[in-house]
Amino acid sequence: MSDTSATQDKSAPAPPSEAEIASLLDSLGVSPDSNLIGVLQDVQDQFGYLPPAALGELSRRTRIPLSRIWGVVSFYAQFYTEPRGRHTIRCCRGTACHVKGAGRVLDAVQRELDIQDGEMTEDLMFQLETVACLGTCFLAPAMMIDNQYFGELTPRRVQSILRSFRAEHA
Amino acid sequence: MADDVTLTIDDREVSVPPGTTIFNAARRLGIDIPHLCYDPALGLAPTSSCRLCLVEVEGSGNPVPSCSHPVAPGMIVQTNTPHLRETRRLIIELLLSDHPHDCLTCEKAGACDLQKYAYACGVKESRFASEQVAVAPVQDGPAIVYDRSKCILCGRCVQVCHEVQASRAIDFLGRGFDTCISLPPGQTRDESACAECGNCIDVCPTGALTYAGAEGGGRAWEFEQVRTICPYCGCGCTLVLNIHDGRIVHITGEPGLGVSKGLLCVKGRFGTDFVGHEQRLTEPLIRTGGELVPATWDEALGLVAERLTRIRDTHGPDSIAGLSSAKTTNEENYLMQKFMRAVVGTNNVDHCARLCHASTVVGLARAFGSGAMTNSMDEFELADAIFVIGSNTTECHPIIGAAIKRAVLSGKTTLIVADPRAIELTEFAAVHMQQKGGTDVALANAMMHVILAEGLQDNSFLAERTEGFEDLARAVEPYTPEMAAKITGVPAALIAESACIYAKAEAASIIFSMGITQHTTGTDNVLSLANLAMLTGNIGRPGTGVNPLRGQNNVQGACDLGALPNVYPGYQKVDDEASRQKFQKAWGAKLSPNVGLTVVEMIDAAADGRLKALYVVGENPMLSDPDLNHVEEALKNLDLLVVQDIFLSETAQLADVVLPAASFAEKDGTFTNTERRVQRVRKALDAPGQALPDWQILCDLASRMGYEMHYDHPSAIQDEIASVTPSYGGITYDRLQEGGLQWPCPDREHPGTPYLHKGKFARGLGKFHAVEFIPPREPPDDEYPFVLSTGRVLQHFHTGTMSRRSDVLDTLVSVGTIEIHPDDAARLGIADSETVRVASRRGQIELPARVTERVAPGTLFLAFHYREAPANRLTIAALDPIAKIPELKVCAVRIEPRPAAKS
Repeated sequence: MSDTSATQDKSAPAPPSEAEIASLLDSLGVSPDSNLIGVLQDVQDQFGYLPPAALGELSRRTRIPLSRIWGVVSFYAQFYTEPRGRHTIRCCRGTACHVKGAGRVLDAVQRELDIQDGEMTEDLMFQLETVACLGTCFLAPAMMIDNQYFGELTPRRVQSILRSFRAEHA
Repeated sequence: MADDVTLTIDDREVSVPPGTTIFNAARRLGIDIPHLCYDPALGLAPTSSCRLCLVEVEGSGNPVPSCSHPVAPGMIVQTNTPHLRETRRLIIELLLSDHPHDCLTCEKAGACDLQKYAYACGVKESRFASEQVAVAPVQDGPAIVYDRSKCILCGRCVQVCHEVQASRAIDFLGRGFDTCISLPPGQTRDESACAECGNCIDVCPTGALTYAGAEGGGRAWEFEQVRTICPYCGCGCTLVLNIHDGRIVHITGEPGLGVSKGLLCVKGRFGTDFVGHEQRLTEPLIRTGGELVPATWDEALGLVAERLTRIRDTHGPDSIAGLSSAKTTNEENYLMQKFMRAVVGTNNVDHCARLCHASTVVGLARAFGSGAMTNSMDEFELADAIFVIGSNTTECHPIIGAAIKRAVLSGKTTLIVADPRAIELTEFAAVHMQQKGGTDVALANAMMHVILAEGLQDNSFLAERTEGFEDLARAVEPYTPEMAAKITGVPAALIAESACIYAKAEAASIIFSMGITQHTTGTDNVLSLANLAMLTGNIGRPGTGVNPLRGQNNVQGACDLGALPNVYPGYQKVDDEASRQKFQKAWGAKLSPNVGLTVVEMIDAAADGRLKALYVVGENPMLSDPDLNHVEEALKNLDLLVVQDIFLSETAQLADVVLPAASFAEKDGTFTNTERRVQRVRKALDAPGQALPDWQILCDLASRMGYEMHYDHPSAIQDEIASVTPSYGGITYDRLQEGGLQWPCPDREHPGTPYLHKGKFARGLGKFHAVEFIPPREPPDDEYPFVLSTGRVLQHFHTGTMSRRSDVLDTLVSVGTIEIHPDDAARLGIADSETVRVASRRGQIELPARVTERVAPGTLFLAFHYREAPANRLTIAALDPIAKIPELKVCAVRIEPRPAAKS
């Protein structure tokens, strides 16, 4: 693995094949009795997002109209229909973090991963988002990777956190 | 029944059944509570999202939404207090906060509910004015335009799409200010489940959904509205023609109106612009020196009268034949057969029912004593099970297709589909039996075998209402599901499951169409379905029956009024002496006792010279009949071919005389729909040029041939029909003003008959017929290894004379394609959209392939609408021996990639 990363417009990962989708939906036992939101979450857990082809197949198997599935998917912020990095970094831009140097922290993340806010790394490892407040002002400046908090950050710490996270999750 | 609930609304007392909403109770008092998200006429559950219909209920604190709030005894309701007016004003201001104020040029002005309520509330501008939605209107496809900026997200369009039309193509997309109404992202309208029915346009309360073709054509107050009946399929939906400047600007349905209760399909709503097409025939044409040249009516009718008279005198009346038209009115069909019988003196009169439901008319008459659809369209939603066999209902009878889907979605009805193709209805079916073409008798017999083996037959019905059961039981004995599986290709378990679903249902309905009838065993197929219904007692009650769906707007009426070679109006037989005497007396002419020629027999008689003259009204055998090369030779062999039509059809191009006729929108009359309902057709426009209604042309011609025929108006013809046709005996124009009447309607007091055979069959006892499976006439072989089936698509109709001259319909589907399974396509090296050559023993055509799993391996499907790729160059003219219907559903063909172009 190299440290060179790129933005998502340069590379889009191949969407899962029909067979991969079918085998996932088989294993989830999708039927007209399935709970739609639960299945959508399971599919997203597997692929990192909801590939449109999977929604089509889900519609056929659940007999829920595709229009309605899209209605649900587009309503909830938790669902993504574009490929995403596997691990979501949320950099806090709240007042406390801002005062304590959140801007430099975000710069460091972007420089280290070579992506901008809203983008994912070429190896699909990370997705970068900014949020208004993580609610952990005592840790300012802070960020999260998935469910884990990191506080009192400096650009140097950011670099080492990201590198060791990448090594652990490779 | 529980007692009515009495309550007080705006200081007036009203009593309504329990469960009634305050909204509907107020309507009883003539109080129309403002509402935007609720469309009461649709019969849909209220969503109570717009909050405009809030009312105050004494003692209940906050205002409640009247659209969903049920009444209670002693309730005291106020609908129009200062507080409510202020609330409504606020809601309107909020809706207008990001709504463009372009009522000056909005298509919907004058019919817009938002505009109406803004006016009522005196809202001149919104206190909350903010940035308007900056999204340009989107037109996806030729008809429907969506303007997000005018959309108030009331959800009526989504409701009608999901719950009434049951296409379920659109829904809310996104959240908050970005919410819009959308197809699934990434799909075009064409790829989506949208049937382009446009019912969303009718229910939209603002200008958010509009018809592109109506843009700039006028606004609500400028239209003259004429209610009439759709000229396409046999459903018989009521169309409201919105006319401005002598042109049909757009068609609307009126919620609650007519058999479809306002729902329309793509053809009815967008497909009638052919009326104003520049290719309409506007003057008579006579062939002179090989060319069709304009002539006067006097010249054209004089020539036809003179030549018909000469041919009759030289070769006898049976050397002349007439094709009547299932597109023209009842009155015109009556006159056409009267003209042929009383003026020419022959029973050689038939029409295209021969090609679609001749086997139904014969088969059901034998089994039940009446050849028509037994039950009504609005009964399908009462059925516990529906068995659809050989009917692509959602495409060919879209309104009935929607009713079937609604029935399934309601949870009440279990659907069984038997069809060689994976048609749309299979997505709603509990069981899909994908039988091989032409194996329906084996399938039905096996279902009956299962029913008898399981003891699911209705023994008391068998004992009291039927005869011939022992013959049937013996006949189906060998047809085990396993044996039938070998013939039909349907797994035995599916046959058994279907049989049980059908037999165990309290009320089960059979729906069929040309997949059953267009076979050499068409009559047998129909008899088998009649057997199945009688065996389980599924006839003579609401929600049951054997229901053939008739293809043309007035094919039922054309049959009823005697445009058939063996019967006078009302199915009175020409070879029955008493009937003949009756009509000789009524018409004052000597009538032939000999049964006349059928459609395909006429063509054969023309080919071998027995037939000298053919008079064609609004039919197009040059595309509709099997084996077109043979048809062309036959028509060219005639001494005289007269064609009366609205366009220069493929048949008219071969004619000696062409007579320009009025379209459905240009004349008065009646059509009879598939459920035997006689409905009024109303004149909305003047016919172009010198074109005349068919009935006037026929009257003039008859008079020129020495038979005085004169009527002031089609209502006078209907009065004559009533006097000689028992089943139409009580039908007069004044009774047809609102809705229609379903025959039998024998007298002026009779309310009409929604379903037949209640308590007693038309023939007394229902008769079982033992029917054996006989394979199709032309099975595939090494040289022609594929089975070709022909049919229709949603967007076109029959030979396309009308639908292919509609801008919207011809844009939606502009070329015909032949469906082939991906496995076959791969094996033969055929790619999707690639032009292929298809050949049978009778002819060949070239057209693009459509690679799809809708068809089974080894089979091909092709619609017969396209003059540039006429399906009937390939089909076989093999006939059912009883009904004389050709086997249009099965013939052997071969398919190959088109050889490299020579040029």
